[in-house]
Amino acid sequence: MDNEGLKTILSAWAEGLEWPESPQFLQVRVPAPALHDFARRLKEEHETAFDYLYCLTGVDWPEYMEVVYHLESSRHGHRLVVRARTAGREDPRLDTVSDIWPTADAHEREAYDLLGIRFNRHPDLRRLLLTDDWVGYPLRKDYKDEINMIEL
Amino acid sequence: MSELVLTGPETETALTQEYFINMGPQHPSTHGVLRLVLTIDGEIIRRVEPHIGYIHRSIEKMCEHDSYRQIVHLTDRMDYLSCHMNNEAVCLAVEQALQIEVPERVKVIRTIVSELTRLASHQLWWGVMGMDLGAITSFLYGFRDREMINDIFEETCGARLTMNYNVPGGLMFDIHPNFQKRTKDFVAHFCTKLPEYDRLLSDNPIFRSRTEGVGYLSKEDAIGYGVTGPSGRASGFACDVRKRLPYSAYPQVEFTEIIRTEGDCFARYKARILEMWESLRIIEQLIDNIPEGEFQAPTKQVLKLPKGEYYQRVETARGDFGVYIISEGNKSPYRLKFRSPGFSNLFVLDKVARGSKIADLVAIMSTFDYVMPDIDR
Repeated sequence: MDNEGLKTILSAWAEGLEWPESPQFLQVRVPAPALHDFARRLKEEHETAFDYLYCLTGVDWPEYMEVVYHLESSRHGHRLVVRARTAGREDPRLDTVSDIWPTADAHEREAYDLLGIRFNRHPDLRRLLLTDDWVGYPLRKDYKDEINMIEL
Repeated sequence: MSELVLTGPETETALTQEYFINMGPQHPSTHGVLRLVLTIDGEIIRRVEPHIGYIHRSIEKMCEHDSYRQIVHLTDRMDYLSCHMNNEAVCLAVEQALQIEVPERVKVIRTIVSELTRLASHQLWWGVMGMDLGAITSFLYGFRDREMINDIFEETCGARLTMNYNVPGGLMFDIHPNFQKRTKDFVAHFCTKLPEYDRLLSDNPIFRSRTEGVGYLSKEDAIGYGVTGPSGRASGFACDVRKRLPYSAYPQVEFTEIIRTEGDCFARYKARILEMWESLRIIEQLIDNIPEGEFQAPTKQVLKLPKGEYYQRVETARGDFGVYIISEGNKSPYRLKFRSPGFSNLFVLDKVARGSKIADLVAIMSTFDYVMPDIDR
């Protein structure tokens, strides 16, 4: 399905959707409370069928955290980027999508490990790459490590 | 003498107890520092929990302080067996952002070197896979043929493994005058050697019984867990980026996307063997048709990407590799994410290995072809 068709379908699914401009992909920003239901419908509805989550990225912005989901449909071949913002940077939370796309389990653990984004109802939210006793979240912009980080 | 009579529940069903064992971090068949915590019941695996991060170098954080030319060099150090494709992904993303039109010559050379890299990666995988399952000879054969490719790379760009041959806008150097001849010699040589691979391993009854019907992955799970590359295609998931989003010279070559539906270890094995034939086919189509021209497009010394987001996917030897750049208009990215195929391929292990034996786990891991630096980044 082309991007215009997708946009028409998705517009009816949730309140408060935004459509950031991007030359490469159709992008939609979903309000955090609506994220889980929206994601479930993206996968389960026959006409969208986004079954392949190929990338999940956490981003640290000055006022909030954002998670970017890159989706593709193996049936239709169309692609979509879904974005969701957390309420703030202090205790950033979003609902997990690991029950919808199993690959998100590990990707969300990585986002938690490196950025400190907590995913509600995630089955096993632990550190992934770093040790369990690590202090802080290294991919945050305000992370400081006097010994290991050299800034020029 | 009185007979020993066993009584109690032990006689009907053997009493078993679940317990944990560590496989790794230095187990030879983990191909790097990967630790698997296995929950086992006798020989049967009940749960596999991968623990990763032993060689995490925070490449994504380093990229936030590096220029785009520097970032290309870091990508070699992730999946070192697909170094050329990793470089290419960053270069293509930067070229897309700055709207640099690279010369046709560059596109063709990049594609040839990509396919040579894929062949070298699959040869190493084939040799090591045989060794994991107890066949030492395959290791020697695989490395013998891979050596020829490494020699071609050495002559062309000075390095055998981490090549850094791509730069944004083109290639670091033009090809060596011997490149075409040596590549053709290699293709002719390897076309006679690849059937040997089949005779040695693919048709070996011991090898077949260790791989056929072992480690089944359904198509639905392959898609859900994001398993790509030959591993995903062996389960019927048509995920070849070269076909779906062709880049460089792939639109102009003919090749078949290898798709099998069995989803077991042997299907993943066979998918890679058949993929080697396709790589040879691509090289044969291009090697005599390298267009004349420049090997670099003119670029500025300092590359500043316009504010925005750029995502580039390439097909490495392990699957769908992605570079996601968020730029604020500076010389370094605001955020850079590498979607490494190995990462997603690793976390399906629990799903695939449950219920099989520990010895089967070694076969399963070999057919998923993990490269740990790619996963840990």
